[in-house]
Amino acid sequence: MTTLNEDVKSGLPQGEASRRNIASRRRKGAIWRTIFLSATIFGLIALSLLIYNVANEVFGYVAIEYAVDPATLSDKPLDELNKDELVAVLQGNMRKNAFRTLENEKPMANRSDSEVYDLVVERVLKPQTLETWTLRDSWFNKAAIDAQVASDFPEAKLEFRSWISTSFLTTPMSSDPLRAGVRTALLGSLWMIAITILFAFPIGVGAAIYLEEYATDNRFNRIIQTNINNLAGVPSIIYGMLGLVIFVRTLEPITSGRMFGADSGNGRTIVAASLTMMLLILPIMIINGQEAIRAVPLSLRQASYGLGATKWQTIWHHVLPNALPGIFTGTILAISRAIGETAPLIVVGASTFIVTDPDGPFAKFTALPIQIYNWTSRPQPEFAHIAASAIVVLLVMLLSLNAIAVVLRNRFSKRG
Amino acid sequence: MTEKQTDTAQYTLVVRNMNVYYGAFRAINNVSLNIERNKITALIGPSGCGKSTVLRSLNRMNDLVNGARVEGEVLFHEQNLYANDVDAVEVRRRIGMVFQKPNPFPKSIYDNIAFGPRINGWKGTKSEMDDLVERCLRQAALWDDVKDKLKESGLALSGGQQQRLCIARALAVEPEVILMDEPCSALDPISTLKIEELMMELRQRYTIAIVTHNMQQAARASDYTAFFLMNDQRAGELVEYGPTGDLFTNPKDKRTEDYITGRFG
Repeated sequence: MTTLNEDVKSGLPQGEASRRNIASRRRKGAIWRTIFLSATIFGLIALSLLIYNVANEVFGYVAIEYAVDPATLSDKPLDELNKDELVAVLQGNMRKNAFRTLENEKPMANRSDSEVYDLVVERVLKPQTLETWTLRDSWFNKAAIDAQVASDFPEAKLEFRSWISTSFLTTPMSSDPLRAGVRTALLGSLWMIAITILFAFPIGVGAAIYLEEYATDNRFNRIIQTNINNLAGVPSIIYGMLGLVIFVRTLEPITSGRMFGADSGNGRTIVAASLTMMLLILPIMIINGQEAIRAVPLSLRQASYGLGATKWQTIWHHVLPNALPGIFTGTILAISRAIGETAPLIVVGASTFIVTDPDGPFAKFTALPIQIYNWTSRPQPEFAHIAASAIVVLLVMLLSLNAIAVVLRNRFSKRG
Repeated sequence: MTEKQTDTAQYTLVVRNMNVYYGAFRAINNVSLNIERNKITALIGPSGCGKSTVLRSLNRMNDLVNGARVEGEVLFHEQNLYANDVDAVEVRRRIGMVFQKPNPFPKSIYDNIAFGPRINGWKGTKSEMDDLVERCLRQAALWDDVKDKLKESGLALSGGQQQRLCIARALAVEPEVILMDEPCSALDPISTLKIEELMMELRQRYTIAIVTHNMQQAARASDYTAFFLMNDQRAGELVEYGPTGDLFTNPKDKRTEDYITGRFG
């Protein structure tokens, strides 16, 4: 390439120097590109490791010893028996008194098939785990596992087990890891999130509207704004302390349900936990709401005011509908955070062992993160497997709640 | 008093000694201007000379700008728009506005028109509203383009159609004055011409004030022209105001002549 005017001395590189200069600039770009790509790959590796670790614990071989060999109980495999046959098995293998006690608790006629099946397992088979293996071992070291079982546990049966199953989702907490489930924790988490949204959404959006649309730029409002921004970064355990003092102790008559005729003894209830979570996510929701409102174009407001709309009409008909997708995005983020929080729940006193379903906002409860925390801190290896299963449940719940919010957001942003 | 009465007979808006401040900065210095009934008044001048500020002060849109303050009087039917007992909401209904960039609501064409009447407490049947929407769209010369797609989004229209939709929307609240802030600057020449023709039509029923950067447009499509310029303190001042023909062919002020002949600005 020749330059336009060869005689003029230019500060820019010419000819060969110019080509080298361009090549060097391209190289710099390529280096940065590689760095960004490796950052992405690093993230992918971290994610894959997480999934691998969880899956590794959720599936695998288990050596189980039964009090009675299942094959001797009936001609057919147990899970193919109908209810009457199962009752017969139960009656034939239990002491009469014990069976009568069961019948008195709830007549066999009123129990469902799966309840009777569970009883057979619990009262007759009495399975005991002797040893568990991870998915990796189960896949690659099957021979070693077989050898170990043959030498160490000749009585035991080797089964491939998925620790996560429908019965894991539908049975309550138990001290026996084979029979423990996350039903109570799952319901507790859902109740808590529902009530948290119920309180946090209107308050968060309301505060965002006030700060963005009505608050004038004075010292007082600037202090409020700065504080909200800072509160978004406060460690969650501090909110837990706040919740303990305010909701669990001071507002006990309300949070225990005494004022509403549903006394649960003390303030360690779903409502208290939800209100604490509300405090935790309000700053995030307000900041995101403000950003969404600020992003509504000025031209739209002007058009509305220009037709003689009042401030409130402009907010209601134009600002809010257009800010709603952004507000939903903020809510998704906030809820994702609330679902996974453990520390404030420990402080406000979620129960670590509870088998009754939460039946309302004033019930005692536990939540998935608490359950996971509790199980991971036990020494027996079986609990590691069910903790991993509970993590899967938590992640699936998180993803499905997010999916709902994304669908809502898309529906609102398509309108008009 | 007699002077005032003659004012209002002939003039829709009378601006007296208006100063506009943004915070401590004086953006407009002592502007007085009479806007004639059923005429098109063009405000011209170089960028930053305050013509848009003057226009927005005529229907109190400047109230929405933080720190904006207006001194002096803007008389509309002998009533000072900046008097304490005047509600800006009422002012903006009777003095409508069309903006630089077409800004239809992200709603259907029908709802774009119906929004203004609805928020202003319109009481009437569905079919009366249908009639109103049709009337406004016809006045804005848009009816034939959109009569089959009233339920479609206003954003689906072309730029020129969007701007006419904005004009139709402004007409729906029955204003007396329509302020236009560079309504054609985002449009192609053909759309611009359509808007100008539309202004000529609307002049019979409405008073129009238009800010424009395009001097040909002012010369073509206005009855009166006001020329603004910044003074040494960067505040906008009214240099010359008169019938468009006179101002363009025989400017009284040297600065006006320099500007319209393209010698500066």
